[in-house]
Amino acid sequence: MRRLLIKGGFVVDPSQGIEKVCDILIEGGKVIKVEEGIPNTEASEVIDASGLIVSPGFIDLHSHLRDPGQEWKEDIESGSAAAVAGGITSVCCMANTDPVNDNPTVTRYIIEKAEKVGLCDVFPVGAITKGLKGEELAEIGLMVKAGIVAISDDGETPRDSKILRNAMDYARSLGIPVFTHSEDKSLSAGGHVNEGIVSTKLGIPGMPSEAEDIGTMRDILIAGLTGAHIHVCHVSSKGALSIIEWAKKKGINVTCEITPHHFTLTEEAVLEFDTNAKMCPPLRSKEDVEACRKALESGLADVIATDHAPHSEDEKLVEFCRAPFGIIGFQTLLPLSLELVRKGYLTLSELIKRLSTTPARIIRKKDLGTLKPGSKANITIFDPEEEYTLTRNEIRSKSFNTPFLGRKLKGRVKFTIYSGKIVYKNV
Amino acid sequence: MEHLISAEEISRERFYEIYRLSRKVKKALKEDRKKFSVLRGKCVVNLFFEPSTRTRSSFEKAGKFLSADVINITASASSLKKGESLIDTLKNLDMMHPDVIVLRHPCEGACYTVKRFINASIVNAGDGRHQHPTQALLDAVTLTEYFENLEGKKIAIIGDIVNSRVARSDAILFKTLGAEVFVYGPSPYMPRFPEAIGVKKLSSFEEVAEISDAVVLLRIQLERQNARKTFPSLREYAELYGMNKKRLSMLKKDAVVLHPGPFNRGVELNNDVVMSEKSLIFNQVETGLAVRMVVLSLLCRRKERLEEEVQ
Repeated sequence: MRRLLIKGGFVVDPSQGIEKVCDILIEGGKVIKVEEGIPNTEASEVIDASGLIVSPGFIDLHSHLRDPGQEWKEDIESGSAAAVAGGITSVCCMANTDPVNDNPTVTRYIIEKAEKVGLCDVFPVGAITKGLKGEELAEIGLMVKAGIVAISDDGETPRDSKILRNAMDYARSLGIPVFTHSEDKSLSAGGHVNEGIVSTKLGIPGMPSEAEDIGTMRDILIAGLTGAHIHVCHVSSKGALSIIEWAKKKGINVTCEITPHHFTLTEEAVLEFDTNAKMCPPLRSKEDVEACRKALESGLADVIATDHAPHSEDEKLVEFCRAPFGIIGFQTLLPLSLELVRKGYLTLSELIKRLSTTPARIIRKKDLGTLKPGSKANITIFDPEEEYTLTRNEIRSKSFNTPFLGRKLKGRVKFTIYSGKIVYKNV
Repeated sequence: MEHLISAEEISRERFYEIYRLSRKVKKALKEDRKKFSVLRGKCVVNLFFEPSTRTRSSFEKAGKFLSADVINITASASSLKKGESLIDTLKNLDMMHPDVIVLRHPCEGACYTVKRFINASIVNAGDGRHQHPTQALLDAVTLTEYFENLEGKKIAIIGDIVNSRVARSDAILFKTLGAEVFVYGPSPYMPRFPEAIGVKKLSSFEEVAEISDAVVLLRIQLERQNARKTFPSLREYAELYGMNKKRLSMLKKDAVVLHPGPFNRGVELNNDVVMSEKSLIFNQVETGLAVRMVVLSLLCRRKERLEEEVQ
């Protein structure tokens, strides 16, 4: 039997409280043991991980793989390749494909195609309502049977509170979380950037952070009403974070995620009308960025997720107000997150918790996000110190819509192991 | 000067250069000298994706008086209707070797979107709610002619500030020239972050009247009103914020009134204001032509020739 040995790396596994140099032995797609001094003779292949960090594979709760239907932006193959190049071994993909993932046939198509590609797990998120229209509930139960891990209408969270209530009630009984893009769209209507200093300078209609705060409050209250697990996506405002803090104290079953761009960039990134800095929620003020970092530090924010949203150059090379929202994020996840470690907001172990341990718990995957013997051998090995420039050549996505293109990044994935196989290496 | 996209690019020195030249041009125009060879062999394209009478004809005349070849393209006649992207339209035009492209577009930042793809100089003739730098120039020149200097002057802009590229451009240039800029109007039209464009909010017309050396009235832009109206009715606007005989009489003795035009009579001002000696509204139009002649000459690097010919 083939056995892979990861030798001499600094292993960080918050699920077991491991933070030391040791070796990991893998067989049959599973972790066999994590110990110091496992002899090379026990393995048929050895990865020398000395000087590198070894952690459970990253789990991205929020992405758009655009497959089926918008394959010119991305497909499951290119998306998987980009994910593993970013150290991500499990990808949750949103339902806004064409056709929408609101039925078990589409769910099965995504899972089967991802299995065929075989680079990483792809866990579909099912739609809450048919066609994301906010009117009728999608076949949530059948999609759960087919393999969805959560439900969400993402950017189209039902405006009708009764429908959202019914969906949350149902989700609770099915044991899955509801992912919400929380926003009062009537308040943010017509906006393209954060309402603030920059929007005033540029004259671009803004979206006040209060639109996010109001949406967050409503969605959380409905979750409280139903007892469902609400996972608030891409929180970007200080106000929304304080609402989540209140809800957690009150005992409402709420978790939340923050994207690397929201804890890295401020609204000033759009001063030059760069459509690659246009996303929803928008980049916000310095104060909001600091609140996001602090929330990750304190644990108020549970997870870092990318909201990887590919759009082709044809779509982004247009006037700012005509460009679609969204940026890619798989391959910048690690270096941008490591910046939080370098700046002292997170320890390495806390970072891995936000990238792997906690996301696994949120989608209820017991054998992921951990290196416990018997768990699936999804492992990310990275060099936190390696510096490089993000060029188009680096990018494995079909799309290049990122404001970090041309930037110097620090921290690089060296090996990604999925189900015991090396699916990416950069050596 | 490579492009003119935002009033932020105009330094004090640059302004006074333009001011000096446009006065000379105006003098020549007043002497009925209207044809110069400054831009012979140069080509100016006016590309307008929004309706405009004043600005477009002003740029057109400016080009023609200077003997440039002027091409006017309006959105309805262009291939944009056929689905061509803005960048492609501009690149195609650029391949015909224009020297200056004058662009008006409903989206903020349109000039920035296309700038790096073309060789011609770009003049922003209005991009959405963002900027309209030649309007700022002509307003500042008009006021400087009147006051000699804007240092320490207090200028109030009244109307729909948030949706106005004129307000944004004026505020920035007036500040560069040492003036203090204030804004006043219905609260939903006031910027939440006035400091972003260096202005202060006033809360009553009495305050405006007391401190202002000049008042810029803005047009109520019916085309930028969406379904959610920001004020109840035009009648109400006229009554509460419109400039009329009574309000005019409250202004300082030598205060003046500007309006970028086109104005909605009976809304932001009425006939008494238009005809008042305090009104510089029609001076603005004449100055606008001169300023644009100067700007085109500067962009085509023909400043010396302009100076010689208008002597």
